[in-house]
Amino acid sequence: MEFDLLINAIIAGLMLGGFYAAVTAGISISFGMLDIVNIAHPGFIILGSYIAYIVNAHFGVDPIVIAILALPAFYALGSLIYQVYYQSFEKHGQDSLRGLAFFFGLLFVTEVSLNLVFGVDYRSVDVPYIGGSLSIGAMEFPVRMLVPCLVSLAMFGGLQLFMSRTFIGRAVMAVSQDPPALQLMAVDPIRIKRIAFSISIATASMAGAFLIIIQPVIPSAGREYIGRVFAICVLGGLGSLPGTLIAALMIGVIESITATFYGPSWAPAVSFGLLLLTLAVRPSGLFGR
Amino acid sequence: MRTPAFILILTAVAAALYFAFNFVGNDYLFFAGYTVLQYIVLASAWNILGGYCGYVNFGSAGFFAIGVYTTVFFYAVGQAPEDVFPEFLLAPMQFIFPLPLPILIVIAGAVAGLVGLGMGYLTLRLRGVFFAIATLALSVVLETFIVNWSFVGGSRGAYVIPPNEVPIFGHFIQFLFALMLVLVIVALTTARLIERSKLGVGFATIRDDELAAEASGVPTLRLKLVATVVSGALMGMAGAPFPYYIGYIEPGSAFNLSYAVNSIAMPMIGGTTSWLGPLVGALLLGTLQQVATVTISSAVNLLIVGLLLIFFVIIAPRGIVGLVQDWMRKKTKGEKS
Repeated sequence: MEFDLLINAIIAGLMLGGFYAAVTAGISISFGMLDIVNIAHPGFIILGSYIAYIVNAHFGVDPIVIAILALPAFYALGSLIYQVYYQSFEKHGQDSLRGLAFFFGLLFVTEVSLNLVFGVDYRSVDVPYIGGSLSIGAMEFPVRMLVPCLVSLAMFGGLQLFMSRTFIGRAVMAVSQDPPALQLMAVDPIRIKRIAFSISIATASMAGAFLIIIQPVIPSAGREYIGRVFAICVLGGLGSLPGTLIAALMIGVIESITATFYGPSWAPAVSFGLLLLTLAVRPSGLFGR
Repeated sequence: MRTPAFILILTAVAAALYFAFNFVGNDYLFFAGYTVLQYIVLASAWNILGGYCGYVNFGSAGFFAIGVYTTVFFYAVGQAPEDVFPEFLLAPMQFIFPLPLPILIVIAGAVAGLVGLGMGYLTLRLRGVFFAIATLALSVVLETFIVNWSFVGGSRGAYVIPPNEVPIFGHFIQFLFALMLVLVIVALTTARLIERSKLGVGFATIRDDELAAEASGVPTLRLKLVATVVSGALMGMAGAPFPYYIGYIEPGSAFNLSYAVNSIAMPMIGGTTSWLGPLVGALLLGTLQQVATVTISSAVNLLIVGLLLIFFVIIAPRGIVGLVQDWMRKKTKGEKS
């Protein structure tokens, strides 16, 4: 029985990890590639969850469909934020201290605004497949975990293809290494960065929909993801999408096993503890260059 | 101004404030004043690391909570000493417990300072951004431990019953208020001393260009460790009296994000370069929040803090103190020409 428990914990962890990958994708782009410490990202994810919640409550549309429809809006939001960030901090070559405070303020404002509008109650969506579960032998696959995980993996694959195959994707990778060289190739690094940052915010829309399918959401839920996403991002080696995916799956499995055998109240400490450990021992991450 | 004179003036102002509040005789003034004073200590403490060294600490709530839970721990020990100590120690322990609050504050400062040291040792060799993220992580790790530690109440929380009357001060809240005034004097004096010493110059070199500082022989790691210890200890000291103030404490309120936000927002809005900035920011924002909480709602007041923080980092990076300085300079220039 113990063995079944372990197997199911690992499966649940892998599915959780797939979801974490979607949550971290945005940070991996903004923090890992563009060096913009967007700690407000989890706040935008929660915003995505609430958008999925409202539309779902009124029209009964599937959250993932809503998230895809909301992508342009999030993309525009990302452009706007980058514009403000660039004009007030990056342009002057200011230290990141104020930029950090800016994003921290943004995170806080998002959370408090959602609190004011929706209150502190848990909100959830209504989708037919939420209660279902596939089972193969002793292995259980709850559909509410499986769907976000699969869509997330598809999104991750798409992002990786975009980054490695298209011109803009390659330019994003280049801008993280050498902006002046990019300028010599007649590419505007600011424009590339704006596009990349907007994409990173757009992923928050998807991650938000996944989150609210997996569990009910409150405005302050974003906070517990801050440490987790940065842990995954650092563990995966900054700016490496495949590394991020592997790290996300790892953290998912470790957390799930901890929750199964030691109780769920210990799970948050796992990723944070791993983050502290990684920072102390190997700051370039497991897969860093 | 020499430091003794500075302390004397601060003490005089503190005493005047205490007696003025006493004269008005409204207990609410003491309750509201306590919160503002607590923020002055937190903001000054944050500024020692954040403003002078340029290392952003998002974990203020964690350090504050260390202070809070030090008090809760010793209170719990005092409630049931037979669970903790072997028989032969019970009699001497009856003498020691309950520990008086000023001693608790010192212990809380020591514990929080130690955590600050460990934290700094783990992360300060990295870039500043990682330090900031790690402090956020630390705060969550600590919260998880407290939630799972039933001796100090766990997630249920714990009651800490303050004594009703204290000799000399009368009502307990007046005693707490006076204690906080002392802590404010300690925090401001420390900040000012650091600012004017060689230590402060060293901190400034780290903030401006750590690589150049290192190359010119500034012991950057050691200086940063001093800053994390002092800053952490002061935050812990600010937290120690809190359980007695609030009466019932649970992890959610001790680790509240608003402490982290406020202790960043207040120096940023006041100005991060001198001890005056956090004081101005905390007085302004703290009072504003008290007023907004009473007249509008506590959620709206947090929104105001967040918006002000964003506004100030974009528009006035040097805070109110910086704005005033610019204005004075322009005025004197205008008079000369």
